[in-house]
Amino acid sequence: MKTSKSILGLVALTLTASLFAGCSSKESDTPAAPGAADSTPKGEITVITQRTDIVDTVFQDYAKKFNEKYPDIQVNFEALANYEDQIKIRMNTSDYGDVLLLPTSIPLADTPTFFEPLGSMEEMSKQYDGLEEREVDGKAYGLPITINYSGVIYNKSVFDKAGYSEPPKTIEEFMQALQAIKDKTDAVPLYTNYAAGWPLTQWEAVLTTVAGDKEYVNVKQPSTDDNFVPGAPHYDLYKVMYDAAKNGLIEEDPTTTDWESSKADLANGKIGTMVLGSWAIGQIKAIAPNPDDIAFMPFPTNAKERIVPLADDYTLGINVNSENKEAARAWVDWFINESGYPTTEGGGISPVKGAELPEILKQFEGTDVKFETQTPAEEKQKGLVDKIDKDAEIGLWQPDFKKIIIEAGIGNRPESYDDIMKGLNDAWVKSRAKVGAAE
Amino acid sequence: MSYRNQRILIILSFTIIPIALLFVFAYLPVVNMFRYSFTDWNGYSKTFEYVGFENYKSIFTDPKYFSVFKVSLYYFFATFAQMGLALYFATILSFKVKGKNFFKGILFFPYLLNGVAIGFIFLFFFKPDGTFDTVLQALGLDFLIQKWLLNPHIINVSLAGASVWRYMGFNFIVFLGAISSISKDIYEASDIDGANRWHQFRHIILPSIKRIVQLNIILSISGAISAFDIPYIMTGGSNGSNTFVIQTVDVAFKYGKVGLASAMAVVLLFIVVTVTLIQQFFVKEDK
Repeated sequence: MKTSKSILGLVALTLTASLFAGCSSKESDTPAAPGAADSTPKGEITVITQRTDIVDTVFQDYAKKFNEKYPDIQVNFEALANYEDQIKIRMNTSDYGDVLLLPTSIPLADTPTFFEPLGSMEEMSKQYDGLEEREVDGKAYGLPITINYSGVIYNKSVFDKAGYSEPPKTIEEFMQALQAIKDKTDAVPLYTNYAAGWPLTQWEAVLTTVAGDKEYVNVKQPSTDDNFVPGAPHYDLYKVMYDAAKNGLIEEDPTTTDWESSKADLANGKIGTMVLGSWAIGQIKAIAPNPDDIAFMPFPTNAKERIVPLADDYTLGINVNSENKEAARAWVDWFINESGYPTTEGGGISPVKGAELPEILKQFEGTDVKFETQTPAEEKQKGLVDKIDKDAEIGLWQPDFKKIIIEAGIGNRPESYDDIMKGLNDAWVKSRAKVGAAE
Repeated sequence: MSYRNQRILIILSFTIIPIALLFVFAYLPVVNMFRYSFTDWNGYSKTFEYVGFENYKSIFTDPKYFSVFKVSLYYFFATFAQMGLALYFATILSFKVKGKNFFKGILFFPYLLNGVAIGFIFLFFFKPDGTFDTVLQALGLDFLIQKWLLNPHIINVSLAGASVWRYMGFNFIVFLGAISSISKDIYEASDIDGANRWHQFRHIILPSIKRIVQLNIILSISGAISAFDIPYIMTGGSNGSNTFVIQTVDVAFKYGKVGLASAMAVVLLFIVVTVTLIQQFFVKEDK
């Protein structure tokens, strides 16, 4: 009897606890009122982040500083290791935090069903860059947590040993430099991170550089049937990957690579180059014996102009089901404007207009290298590239076909590079017709 | 309350929880899977459309979805090695041997390990200069060293090997249980008749556990068709190690086609059911 009593007590306790929990969240149920900034927001918010590495350290400091300004808001963090996949499944419920990163694979048209608008584009774009990625019907739904630039991260001392004091500019020069690294040093010229998979997707980000045209990705690509044919930017871009694999310029056994140790190897000069976004620079410099060895160069290109594309990292938004939208909004604004995250931990450029360029890019001031945002898609073609890509199962932002290219390059597959590209182009053409017809 | 009513009450209250769990977590999702397989749902949108048999049409008309079943053959053949080893160890350990329980523990242990952990263990095992290569070197078998995961002709053998290591313990313990239920008297009688160990295995053990062998084969074959965790963790299905289930997961979560993936899962379900039925049919013929 004694046991049953204590169980009863436990049940009663849980019930009361949940009752109170229910109450406390009801109490602060205030409707979102962007612009009504005079009343101090309060309540409890949950912020979901992808940064498992710093959620218990840097983010706790952010929370402390945030509370100096907003003492009545309690901020809780939740970090997801495999952010994109896990959050998508959670979004089937209404319980996905108050502030979260908008998963990139959610179609643009579905954004308003999940997220609260942050304000009109007209107003917001006076203050911030990079809102176009999540613009629906003239309203902005996400603020980029930082703006990334992509290219080749390389180790200067390796290039010095190979006889290159200046980074190569054209694709041919780049391939020669890789060969020189192989011949003259012990370093792996180009590390692909094939096994981890996702680093391969970083190649897609430099498409604009290869095209030499900031309109290619969003404006020209959806209108062309020749996306992967010889001479097209995609063809030239992945030819670099294929040729490097074919000529033994990549790691010896790609199937057993490891991302964490690749960062250390690049820092220590055991790797010459990796194709990555700016977000990785800080992480690699942090473990390098000589941080000045780690440098950035634009991806090689044969185009007339050398354009380094600026692209949004994840964008930050507010759950449409949030019960503390005002408090959530306070966090979003504070995080982008005052936490310093975009340039420090984020490792990119701040989305706030007029913010200063990071140190590592100052070397490009006055050169022919341009840092530019990609032209957004025209209204009727918004999200079209993504739709075609998914329907065709090409996976521009998935590692799959990059892995196939590497496998073919090292001779594990019978297909030639042209076969692979033809397969991709056929799938592209077929789905473009299908998706276009459905529009 | 009468004894009868109490009985009914107890039976009901004990069965209602497992039945509710079974219904909520097994049958309901399957019913939904059938429903989704006729839609174009992407996995998160609030709305979707019914597209009839469109998903099934694309599965059966596009060779890329079925070509991956080749890979299942590796796991299928590995199944027999796995059963043979399991039966071998189970027989030996059912006789009097030293350190019997210790070996039972060792053989069953891999089955208790988490699949993700096993994936990582074998990733290090097959690495160039990893555990396997080191062992081969120590044995003076350097000439056997291969790029275990890089060579497209070997990768599936390596992965199937890891899978054998993992699942053999399960087959082993089932066989051991079946063998230990054979009465001691029969062995004694056969000893008197002058039977050796092989005779005992061939004419006593094997016929007595025939049903269990069949059961294990069915489980292993459906396991081979739906091989997933080891290749997914170790290679992500790259370099020619893609299986049907990995492909299903990719279609659902990489390309946002939950409808199509549900249809693929339904197809897989039917294949497994068909294979099981065929086997049952042949087994009946035997009698």
